[in-house]
Amino acid sequence: MIVLTLVLTGCAGWGGGPGGGGPNSINVLMVNNPQMVDLEQLTAEHFTKDTGITVNFTVLPENDVRDKISQEFSSQAGQYDIATVSNFEIPIYAKSKWIAPLDDYVAADPTFDQSDILPPMTESLSSGGKLFGEPFYGESSFLMYRQDVLAAEGIEMPAKPTWQQVADIAAKVDGAQPGMAGICLRGQPGWGQIFAPLTTVVNTFGGTWFTKDWQPQVDSDGFQEAVQFYVDLVRAHGEIGAPQAGFTECLNNVIQGNAAMWYDATSAAGSFEAADSPVRGKMGYVAAPVVKTASSGWLYTWSWGIQQASTKKDDAWKFISWASSKQYEELVGSELGWSRVPAGKRASTYENPQYLQEAGAFAKPTLDAILSADPNNPGVQPRPAPGIQFVDIPEFPDLGTQVSQEVSSAIAGKTTVDAALARGQQLAEDVAVRYRERSG
Amino acid sequence: MTATTDVGPVPATRTPEGAPRKKRRERGGPALALAAWVIGILFVLPVLWMVLTSFHSEADAATNPPSLAAPLTLQGYREFFGAGGGASPWPSLLNSLTASVLSTILVLVLAIPAAYALSIRPVRKWTDVMFFFLSTKMLPIVAGLLPIYLFAQYTGLLDNIWFLIVLYTSMNLPIAVWMMRSFLAEVPVEILEAASMDGAGLLLTLRRVVGPVVLPGIAATSLICFIFSWNELLMARVLTGTRAETAPVYLTGFVTSQGLFLAKVCAAAFVVSLPVLIAGFAAQDKLVQGLSLGAVK
Repeated sequence: MIVLTLVLTGCAGWGGGPGGGGPNSINVLMVNNPQMVDLEQLTAEHFTKDTGITVNFTVLPENDVRDKISQEFSSQAGQYDIATVSNFEIPIYAKSKWIAPLDDYVAADPTFDQSDILPPMTESLSSGGKLFGEPFYGESSFLMYRQDVLAAEGIEMPAKPTWQQVADIAAKVDGAQPGMAGICLRGQPGWGQIFAPLTTVVNTFGGTWFTKDWQPQVDSDGFQEAVQFYVDLVRAHGEIGAPQAGFTECLNNVIQGNAAMWYDATSAAGSFEAADSPVRGKMGYVAAPVVKTASSGWLYTWSWGIQQASTKKDDAWKFISWASSKQYEELVGSELGWSRVPAGKRASTYENPQYLQEAGAFAKPTLDAILSADPNNPGVQPRPAPGIQFVDIPEFPDLGTQVSQEVSSAIAGKTTVDAALARGQQLAEDVAVRYRERSG
Repeated sequence: MTATTDVGPVPATRTPEGAPRKKRRERGGPALALAAWVIGILFVLPVLWMVLTSFHSEADAATNPPSLAAPLTLQGYREFFGAGGGASPWPSLLNSLTASVLSTILVLVLAIPAAYALSIRPVRKWTDVMFFFLSTKMLPIVAGLLPIYLFAQYTGLLDNIWFLIVLYTSMNLPIAVWMMRSFLAEVPVEILEAASMDGAGLLLTLRRVVGPVVLPGIAATSLICFIFSWNELLMARVLTGTRAETAPVYLTGFVTSQGLFLAKVCAAAFVVSLPVLIAGFAAQDKLVQGLSLGAVK
């Protein structure tokens, strides 16, 4: 065993230190989403071969990668040159100068074609007039439903439904097939789980987390009505195990025919229309349901950011420029299939006939949802910080997760919505008071 | 006058041939046997479930209620081993093996002499020394994580397998000293005295007298240190990156918030568990002897 180990040590990771990994290599820390796994598969053959730059990936689940990126960037350890950061992190990291501006690289690289990037994406990845991230893929939210199930019940889905219309349809199609719920909605605790769709519902019901001058509004009328509506809907016509259901569970429920509708990320549509999907061709896609606002879809993007402490920023940009390019989308389309293209970031994607042929069912609703998203003005009142499905402050993950646990308990029937939001109001007040003090 | 009391038939202590009769182990009742089987099955069931799920497709693995009779496939294993251009698990498996084996060797090299000095030839205030060793395990590891991370960052030891080896050695050393001390304390003083009277020196006594007696204990200690190092996730996740990444960190990378992953994760978990299972089976006899030898029972 000792001899074996000594032999193996030649293969083990005995390097170390910032900027390690060889002069022609970069280190990338990224979230384990299917689009990133595809990227990992294609990099050696199509990027390293052309540029001579080896890319070392570390892939982690979403919560773990957020922790690690936060630890890495806040300490400016320099282990990783690039990380996947979202439009939630970018403004915060930019203010702390943990992340490098990309404007000079973009200006020197006309083939990248920044003007092709969808304007809401560029806006949400900028801070103080500078660009800090390039989207790898983007998403909004919309309502997905089984066309065949609704048709069998004689129901027509409006192009821009209201939440009340959705609730009525959910009641009608609940149990339309054995084991089929009327609608699937996230109930799993987590600021990025239940509060992603639920905050958009709050926005359109006229609620908000905070007013412009940092007064918490968690127990106000708009917030309360929205949460009560959401909890009632999912308890009456939602999926089995709703308090534990997140994105993955709902995706699975729809694929297996256990839910007739689902309000969630536009990126889910690719899985429904994949070649091996049992619901391919059966799904319809319409805009996010509304009440008081004209639109209600969220805006989210996993994007590339370069760590300020990186010593290989030029190589890092070459990788970003390739991974977020039109050429990369074409590569994925031709090698892996057009439904797997990391879409939602470039206007040209939605003009590509090959992409439209494969993704025609959801391409336009996705583009419309992204273009209608306004992170700076998502509700009926002015906001103190940008963000549609979140409030872009460092305290929000903790606040949102704590309140989400209360709301999830309400879905489970262990508490009432009023009690959950009363607790949420206290938590929000703890956060708001700090911002009020800072603003004098 | 003597009084005699009939105590009934007394079991013979020797066989008719004169050999000592082995003491027959008393059997528990059927209820105890049933309880033992039920508990054993309950422990094994999650592992069996994991193995079965690893041979299902992602869609079948995610069904609710679970589908036992779903068709079997090796797709999860193919994806784990990087078929189709994905990442290879071998570097992280080799890193784990290196860190586990080397740290276990270092632990034994340090723990055996320390345990000897605390049991066979006890140093002054040896109980205080034992408590000191134990006290190092009282601080939650997570409480020391930030200083360790900053130390690694300033000294350029982030993402370095040597740093992990040192950490695993220091994490496992206290428990190894405690275990080895209890095993060495079982060595009868009489045989040490006999060896001394026969003129055996310290090294010879250790090698020829103490060694064979405590070998099961060394095996048990080694295996426990190996398992702890192999399974360690918290330190590895924070301190390693692209080069020193260990198998548990690589394993967590299969979990995704967008898409199905249960079959892949089960396949990965089974493969990552194999070295520990193999080591456990290989050292089974010694392990049972060792764990029933000292205070760790």
